[in-house]
Amino acid sequence: MSRSPSGDRVALWRNPTFRAYVLQGVLLAALAALIGFIVANTMANLEARGISTGFGFLDERAGFSIPQTLIEYSGDSTYGRTFVVGLLNTLLVSALGIVVATIIGFAVGIARLSSNWLLARLATAYVEIFRNIPLLVQILFWYFAVLQALPSPRQSLSLLEVIFINVRGLVIPDPQPLSGFAATPWALLVGLIAAIALGVYAKRRQVRTGKALPIYWLGAGLIIGTPLLVFLLTGTPLEWSIPELTGFNFSGGVRILPELVALWLALSIYTAAFIAEIVRSGIQSVPDGQVEAANALSLPGGITLRKVVIPQAMRVIVPQLTSQYLNLIKNSSLATAIGYPDLVAVFSGTTLNQTGQAIEIVAMTMAVYLVISLVVSALMNVYNARTLLKER
Amino acid sequence: MAGESMRDVMIEARRPPNAHRGVVKWLQRNLFNGPINSVVSVITIGVLLWALWPFVQWALIQADWLGDSRQACSGEGACWVFISARFESIIYGFYPEAARWRVDIVFALMAGLLAWLAIPRIPGKRWAAIIAVVGFPIAAYVLLLGGHFGLMHVSTRNWGGLMLTLTVATIGIVGSLPIGIVLALGRRSNMPLVRAVSVVFIEFWRGVPLITVLFMASVMLPLFVPTEVEFDKLLRALVGIMLFWSAYMAEVIRGGLQAIPSGQDEAGKALGLGYWHRMGLIVLPQALKLVIPGIVNTFIALFKDTSLVLIIGLFDLLAIIRAGLTDSDWLGFATEGYVFAALVFWVFCFSMSRYSQYIEKRLQTGHTN
Repeated sequence: MSRSPSGDRVALWRNPTFRAYVLQGVLLAALAALIGFIVANTMANLEARGISTGFGFLDERAGFSIPQTLIEYSGDSTYGRTFVVGLLNTLLVSALGIVVATIIGFAVGIARLSSNWLLARLATAYVEIFRNIPLLVQILFWYFAVLQALPSPRQSLSLLEVIFINVRGLVIPDPQPLSGFAATPWALLVGLIAAIALGVYAKRRQVRTGKALPIYWLGAGLIIGTPLLVFLLTGTPLEWSIPELTGFNFSGGVRILPELVALWLALSIYTAAFIAEIVRSGIQSVPDGQVEAANALSLPGGITLRKVVIPQAMRVIVPQLTSQYLNLIKNSSLATAIGYPDLVAVFSGTTLNQTGQAIEIVAMTMAVYLVISLVVSALMNVYNARTLLKER
Repeated sequence: MAGESMRDVMIEARRPPNAHRGVVKWLQRNLFNGPINSVVSVITIGVLLWALWPFVQWALIQADWLGDSRQACSGEGACWVFISARFESIIYGFYPEAARWRVDIVFALMAGLLAWLAIPRIPGKRWAAIIAVVGFPIAAYVLLLGGHFGLMHVSTRNWGGLMLTLTVATIGIVGSLPIGIVLALGRRSNMPLVRAVSVVFIEFWRGVPLITVLFMASVMLPLFVPTEVEFDKLLRALVGIMLFWSAYMAEVIRGGLQAIPSGQDEAGKALGLGYWHRMGLIVLPQALKLVIPGIVNTFIALFKDTSLVLIIGLFDLLAIIRAGLTDSDWLGFATEGYVFAALVFWVFCFSMSRYSQYIEKRLQTGHTN
């Protein structure tokens, strides 16, 4: 029992430590009771409905087909396989969306800061329009109002007679590697490693001698030049299968589902509006004094941008950018509204309807997104710790 | 004669030379200052004309506005008759016609309360808040659901359209804010167990997409309660939405709590105030004021995401319009339908974001260091 400053004995229930223990005990008991209640009810309900729990269903035959599969899949495949197919489709549309959203977002964000009045206003209008319309409305708009209004395959719109778009989707040329093509990806890898090594060397050299190498040009040359050279030396072992209209449909080329196109467009355009705002605020967060100091040192404009503004802006931009990427991945689950076969659509949708294993399936789906979120957050924390302002 | 060299009347300032004012100068300064900018301007104007003009022509100039059936559509531009013909159902869903006046009253009450709360010049904010949090929900519940005071009972199955969208958004907002505050306080608590529970709760909901939460709410929630308990479909969605958004709200509020100097809390302790007094009277009022823009941004995100209830089979504004598109009398009006839905959502979200910017500017006075 503790004493108050004046020396009086304090009642036990006024002691903060004791109260904290009691409170946490109550919380623990309440949580345990809640979980017990839920588990007991779920058991009783499942038994009443005759559903057996467990992950055994993953080995059963799925018996439905999926319109887009990145790995081999047929109706005879298992439910476990549908999970993988759905997951890969989710990752595909997310990766495509992240690339395009980043490009549009940076372009629009920089355009908002342009001294050109018209361009800046146009960029502002873009941001204000697209971030204030629900993503689902945008997805449905692109899918039902735009893509479904396209002509039939016979009247396809074409770009240079190589890329075709029609109501059944986008048909693009398909690269067919011939024998000997395998050397090119290896050359790309070698080029990448050489570029990184060159970067490390150039940095050390600059620290030692104060002289900089034109690292961007050399690096780009290594990364692009090496594979290109190997590709040409091995006799351009790549053939393009160009789509051709035969009868009512296209032969050759690879067809991209209209669902994928609509989802990709909507995700990119929507997320880009948020990325634009992040880029703008990141650049504006660099104090004017930094640029003025660089000018006072008579650094040229390009170096001021590359060595002074961008590194400091990135510290603000990257964490928010990552959380937008996570949002995009999570938002790709809206695919189910237009039937793009992503994880939620094929697994939480079709598979759940067929098997009725609600708990296992919803838990597995949630776990996938949770793992992605947690891994990215962990990487982000590492980045934050590395780029944190070193204050003395 | 010094007096004569002094002037006792102000003379009018001369107008700047013609080359330095007016439209021409403005254009020169903002659009054509330098070759690159001129090229950019010309391209931008070109793109605008190319993209915007056909849209304006379709949506306004060649559009059909009047009529009550498909015959009124000329097919040259947009046919807004599609919207006006089903305007009632877009607003009220399947709410019985005889009882729609009740929805109107709720709309009016809501608008009045919002104005009272949002316009700084109107006094009595405390009363407005109490009415909004206690009085209004009860009134809305009684009026919308009915079954008391001689009002006809209207099942939530018949709710729909804008009315359902606003209901889901309002309950989501009113519900997630207090849960969010509790979670934010819990995450900053000294008690390890309280902190751990809050962190796990927040990170779980923030890590998963809302769709999976809605799926969970619609298929798993009924399993979690005794078989006798009937769980309304709308109620299930609402539980999911509230839990999901309270996690985001908690993070916003935590940002505000962290921005309050610890001296504030310590001063409260020195005065002998207990935890709830310190939080309720000193820390939270300052923290919440700081993060009003963040809270409004969360409201906007929540409002946009109410459209997701369509996926679990509720008929919100978007779902009603979508259902109208499958009407065999009105096939082929998808563009009109989705453009209208986008416009409605946009008006709500854009006004909220403008209000948040306005409040941010207004509140900046008290907190500059």
